[in-house]
Amino acid sequence: MQSLLIIVGVGVGVAVIVFMSALLSGLQSNLIKRTLSSQAHIALLPPEEVARPQVAAENTALRLQKQAQRLRSIDQWQQLRDRLQNWPEIAALSPVASGPAFAVRGDANKAISLVGIEPERYNRVISLADRLTTGELRVGSGEAVIGIELAKDLGADVGDKLRIATADGSDETLTITGLFDLGNKAVNARNIYVGLRTAQTLLGLVGGVSNIDLALHDLDQAEALAQRITGETGLIADSWMRTNAQFVTALTSQRVSSNVIRFFVGLSVAFGIASVLVVSVIQRSKEIGILRAMGATQGQMLRIFLLQGGIVGFLGSLLGSALAWFFLALWRLMAVNPDGTPLFVIGVEPSLVFIAAGGASLVGILAALLPARRAAALDPVVAIRG
Amino acid sequence: MADPVLQLSAIRKSYGSGETESEILHGINLRLEKGEFAALIGPSGSGKSTLLNLIGLLDRPSSGQLFIDTQETGLLDDTHLTRLRGQRIGFVFQHHHLIPAFTAQENVAMPLLVARGHPDAAMFLKAGELLDQVGLADRKQYLANRLSGGQQQRVAIARALAMDPSLVLADEPTGNLDTHAADEVFKLLRTVNRQLQTTFLIVTHDPRLAKRCDRIIELVDGQIVADAPNTPDA
Repeated sequence: MQSLLIIVGVGVGVAVIVFMSALLSGLQSNLIKRTLSSQAHIALLPPEEVARPQVAAENTALRLQKQAQRLRSIDQWQQLRDRLQNWPEIAALSPVASGPAFAVRGDANKAISLVGIEPERYNRVISLADRLTTGELRVGSGEAVIGIELAKDLGADVGDKLRIATADGSDETLTITGLFDLGNKAVNARNIYVGLRTAQTLLGLVGGVSNIDLALHDLDQAEALAQRITGETGLIADSWMRTNAQFVTALTSQRVSSNVIRFFVGLSVAFGIASVLVVSVIQRSKEIGILRAMGATQGQMLRIFLLQGGIVGFLGSLLGSALAWFFLALWRLMAVNPDGTPLFVIGVEPSLVFIAAGGASLVGILAALLPARRAAALDPVVAIRG
Repeated sequence: MADPVLQLSAIRKSYGSGETESEILHGINLRLEKGEFAALIGPSGSGKSTLLNLIGLLDRPSSGQLFIDTQETGLLDDTHLTRLRGQRIGFVFQHHHLIPAFTAQENVAMPLLVARGHPDAAMFLKAGELLDQVGLADRKQYLANRLSGGQQQRVAIARALAMDPSLVLADEPTGNLDTHAADEVFKLLRTVNRQLQTTFLIVTHDPRLAKRCDRIIELVDGQIVADAPNTPDA
């Protein structure tokens, strides 16, 4: 009866831990996925231009004015592309020519960000094709794909024409071939995707690219890899972690607080097991005494109670995993968007269950240490007479 | 004469230390041969239980030597002492101390399990034979707490015999039973003693029980005051 109660207790604890872990990792990966839907994992930019004074600075009072940064191409970007393509950490890379421009249609006039891409490559970094609401991802000569917000602002739709003009006077009229929704209003209102050549011409970057966007296999390596690329090429490499520093901090603190909760749930489970075993040692002191009289050594008594702790932990974790699975199924049923699609995807990795089972067994054994030592130290004479 | 099963020489036992030290046993010399059926009697507080604990290797004497099957026990560490106890000595207590959650057969097999560390078919076979011997052939699969007092005590006797011990210590084995059951249990002890030549030392308050043993050892105030052979009445 006692054992049953404590197994249920352990089960609830394990269920909370598993449920929380699954929920949190689901939530976090979902947040990261949404954040990165319109961002490259790492963006490579040309190094900033700095003024180099020709007078020796030693004896001269000098005040350097910072140079205005103009739109420039990455030096020898083709070689760089070919070199980076062979790095195993990099999943995909895409050269991009992007810069500011205006979209004009009738009386409407919007500041936009012109992004020239090679669609196949770019799609592997940011899955634009999957995000189209209408039309198709076709950015040949004289064609453009724009965001749904911008389309609304300009009153344009697929098949309509719009004029792109840049500050230095070049302009071109393009046909809209598709509308995208990247889940970010600012991006939907600003970005216009055109062919690489179109953008190069409009932005005065003939043959050049303003940045290279990378997608990685392992998101968490982004910052380390960005620093390595900077070290090897001298380019500026902005990882998603740096561009979203506050977001990353929020994720980290979320993780830390959940670890704290998990730790204390684990602790209370351990105390629960320990208290039940202490009582059971007292209740069974006669049986312990008789076993000792029969020739059971102190080591054997110790092992029996450690094993009991471990078994309680293990069975509790099985129950807990089942409970957590049930809660998660319930959650999937309850937490849905108004249109019935799930709020976000929660995956339970089987490894989580194994870790929970192993961890709970270990906690059970640790919790049993004190009661087991008491049992082993019990004087058989006192135990049998008492 | 063959080697003794048990030999005590100049055994002393005291508790406490300094001013509160009190000696319970004042130099006990005792020898039990194979196959003996002896009673240890004496008033409460005479040191019977203390002596039994020492002989049962549950406690250590303050001084003196104690041999079990010619093995000197003073120098053994706790683990070896425990093993020796398990293999050579069987206990029958006033309260049967069976484990209620197990069947009669499992209880009898327990000492074998403790000694070997893992269950096997042979130990349950042996437990079954012992239960046949104590007349509980039809109660093997009963849970210990479903048996009557006399039956429980018979299971406890079977358990004491599981390791083929040289010496069985019985502490008031019939103290908790009615006259009829007590008689049955005592007869069983006697039968086992004759058939297996197991040495018995029976602690008892009951003079009638003592008179049915072959030898009566009387302990008073921590000293053996009488030790004489006895011819059982019937």
